[in-house]
Amino acid sequence: MTMTLSDLLPLMPLLIVTGTAVLAMILVGVRRHYALTVLVTIAGLSVATVVAAMMMPFTNQQITPLLIIDQYSLFFTVVSCASAVFIAILSYPYLQNLQDQREEYFLLLSIATIGAVVMVSSNHFVSTVLGLETLSMSLYGMVAYPVHVKESAKHPLEASVKYLVLSAAASGIILFGMALVYAQTGTLEFASLIDNINGETAGLGAGFSILALLMVIAGMAFKLSLAPFHMWTPDVYEGSPLPATTYLATIGKAGMFVILLRFIEASDALEFDSLITVLSLIAAASILAGNLLALLQENLKRILAYSSIAHMGYVLIAIIASFYTTGSISIEAVTFYLVAYVIMSLGAFGVASVVSSSSKEFDSIEDYSGLFWRSPWLALVFTGMLLSLAGIPLTVGFIGKFYLFFAGVEAGLWTLLAALIIGSGIGLYYYLRIVYRMVLPAGENSAFNNDGRNLLSSYGVLAVLFFLLLLLGVYPAPIMNLIETISVAI
Amino acid sequence: MILVILIGLLFLGGVAAWLSESIHPRLPRTIALVTVILDLLIMFTLLGGEGSGWIASVDAAWMPRFGISFYLAVDGLSLLLILLTAFLGIIAIGSAWDEITERAGFFYFNLLWTLAGVLGVFTALDLFLFFFFWEVMLIPMYFIIAIWGHENKNYAAMKFFIFTQVSGMLMLVSILTLAYFHYVQFETFSFNYHDLMNVRMSGSLEMWVMLGFFIGFATKLPSVPFHSWLPDAHSQAPTAGSVILAGVLLKTGAYGLIRFAVPLFPAAAMDFAPVAMALAAISILYCAKVAFAQSDIKRLIAYTSVSHMGFVTLGVYAWNEQALQGAIMTMLAHGLSAAALFMLAGGLQHRIHTRNMSDMGGFWARVPRMAVVALFFSVAALGMPGLGNFIGEFLALLGAFQANILWTVVSAFGLIFASVYSLWVIQKVFHGEYASSDSKAGFDDSHLTDLSRREMIYFAAMMLGLIWMGMYPQSFLALSAPVLGDLLTATEPGVALVAGVSP
Repeated sequence: MTMTLSDLLPLMPLLIVTGTAVLAMILVGVRRHYALTVLVTIAGLSVATVVAAMMMPFTNQQITPLLIIDQYSLFFTVVSCASAVFIAILSYPYLQNLQDQREEYFLLLSIATIGAVVMVSSNHFVSTVLGLETLSMSLYGMVAYPVHVKESAKHPLEASVKYLVLSAAASGIILFGMALVYAQTGTLEFASLIDNINGETAGLGAGFSILALLMVIAGMAFKLSLAPFHMWTPDVYEGSPLPATTYLATIGKAGMFVILLRFIEASDALEFDSLITVLSLIAAASILAGNLLALLQENLKRILAYSSIAHMGYVLIAIIASFYTTGSISIEAVTFYLVAYVIMSLGAFGVASVVSSSSKEFDSIEDYSGLFWRSPWLALVFTGMLLSLAGIPLTVGFIGKFYLFFAGVEAGLWTLLAALIIGSGIGLYYYLRIVYRMVLPAGENSAFNNDGRNLLSSYGVLAVLFFLLLLLGVYPAPIMNLIETISVAI
Repeated sequence: MILVILIGLLFLGGVAAWLSESIHPRLPRTIALVTVILDLLIMFTLLGGEGSGWIASVDAAWMPRFGISFYLAVDGLSLLLILLTAFLGIIAIGSAWDEITERAGFFYFNLLWTLAGVLGVFTALDLFLFFFFWEVMLIPMYFIIAIWGHENKNYAAMKFFIFTQVSGMLMLVSILTLAYFHYVQFETFSFNYHDLMNVRMSGSLEMWVMLGFFIGFATKLPSVPFHSWLPDAHSQAPTAGSVILAGVLLKTGAYGLIRFAVPLFPAAAMDFAPVAMALAAISILYCAKVAFAQSDIKRLIAYTSVSHMGFVTLGVYAWNEQALQGAIMTMLAHGLSAAALFMLAGGLQHRIHTRNMSDMGGFWARVPRMAVVALFFSVAALGMPGLGNFIGEFLALLGAFQANILWTVVSAFGLIFASVYSLWVIQKVFHGEYASSDSKAGFDDSHLTDLSRREMIYFAAMMLGLIWMGMYPQSFLALSAPVLGDLLTATEPGVALVAGVSP
């Protein structure tokens, strides 16, 4: 298939993000100016967000075999780019006092976003690997960014190397799996394995197909930090600078999940009973391991890391349910929950980012003692985010849980629903523990000392996220309709 | 529309109370009081419109994807309970008037939001909306216990929250299963109460779904074996929190049983009735026994609450008009008497900084007015004829006797136990030798003052309420009778099915 000029139009968001990265790079080369670089990055990503949102109603096109630009991918392009804008705004004050070259960080952020946009538009193994590696490579850099600063985030280099080595191993497994899938189907596009097994060109057969699927899914589970492939998560989260953690936890996870969703739907992987068993075990193990291990933590980033393991397990339930349910309810559940998860994770990490800086991170939950009385608005936002993660009404997290429960009930996955209930029950404990710290009377030396770099823009981001949290929690009908429309295509 | 105003007013009043703290520290309590009084006055306009059917309702599309609507409606039963809620709301604000001085704005915010959630629970007829409010009322209550509670508040608040939330999720699964079956049978999603009444399910599935509801409600009620959060929550909560908790929050569980758990699944509920009534009898006797063993006065009252709420369960699962009337009267009367007793216990703790009864004794001479008030409410709680609690428990037992003789007879012994522990408290605290600060050094009695005029007004109002219920219960029974009539008619086929199988 040759590309024509008209094919470029649907690629606009991707091109704009790429252009942003190039522009920022040239700018850094000509003249180093921190604020200007940040401004260019934010402006470029914002334009990409708006363009993608405007294209959503009428674009549905396969551009080369590699990329599918449909409403679903554009929706997640909007989510990814908007999140990247928020993270960039939060990064600006965070890195301002870094005694090093600061501009390249935003270059990496733009490039990572290119990867994310490619991932959410991918229905082909090549673009999957391209997007995934673009995102991961940039993240290695972002995670290790403050490496020359002694007192900065505790172990950026350790975190980065750990992430690099394990992530590369996982990529290797995915690639091996892809090769086996290719041996079966003869195409690198996401295609049904069942059709090939039952068709005329028999390929390697069912046994190899299951092995291939297992390898692909194991690799993806690693990237999604699903148990038992979750070991790296808490260390990497803890060691990275906060904005990089936020990026990893939100855009990285959402993009990967979109690929997993498309792959599982296209390959009919769930037709294999054994795969459903494996996925169910992974989901249950993630929910229980994530929630139980989070109980023991005192570090906010580690708590959120373990809680993200659990949340990914929750979403996996909806993916499994998609096999049993008629209509698109499970896909909608996955989509809505991912959006909810991105909002609440951005908010929770955002609060920590706002009070921290590259020279001093406040990531022990002890630091937040009495926050309700020291800075009530910040505490209110943080409480909202935590309660949303716990799935309490008035917040988007509750509607997300509702979707998951609905998909689970419709599919009749009672065991997994029991795991979901138990997991959420345990989860309440560690979320409320943080909330309880915040309502305690403020202790001594509890003021945050982050060099007074409290920018109004960061608080603006938190306000927007909090508003979205409540709006989607109280009046979700518009986005429900939107998600219903876009999910039909999958 | 009036229902939206009722609930919205409380939400807005809460926000206003919180924000007003920065203007003047005394402003929040005034705003809160005005808001709740206004609410009560608006509710009075609903009186007189009763009869069979709904007095007021509002129905608007909310999440059309799932057929969820914003559907609130009030009938006689709901009206009684929202009146109780607003009345006790005022009392709770009164009891917090001088006690809560720190962070008052946030306190009244939480108090009003709890009340708003409770009003929502009592009026929601869309099951999703019901669940929504069911959970909304938890968070502010959690904050009330966790911030203004006593020595072990973190544990108590956490336990309260986890118990109710996890049991609530079981109920959510049940609600969703029900809604899904509605979709299977009628091909539209709906969470509407009236629509879901038409859903038919196979026997064992209906039982499981019903159990989800039952566990959700029995935890809130609470009934043995889901009751262990209540004594902790009560003993640690500030007085106003206890008043709301005992007076109103527990009633949401009972209301749920009457409105949802039985009518939606009449056959399964009647199959389950002997078990539920057995649990009720165990709650009544066991918790009365445990109450007697407490030395912490608030824990004691908490256990008596569990015991009294057993009569409600008993009445509901007997499912005839007398028993249900009895259950409703018990809910109302217990709402007042338990709230009053918790206020007295809270008042004592505020004055002498201990809840330990073994340190107390001989207070009658020091605080005669308090002693008389305490005696009145203890006697009310033990079921003295002429007061509301008697009417409730008597009717509940009378109705239950027609349904299940064994467990009714066993439960009736609870009345004797109630007399024992109620009078024992009076004896322990107010009679005997005065335990002064110098002799046993159990507490500092320098602030042990009698009830103030303000406090007397609240207690007088609650006394009047109990006497009214006891002397002329018809004015309450008349409100709920048509509702119960409708419910009994609607569930008749299902109930008859079970009665036919096991006569």
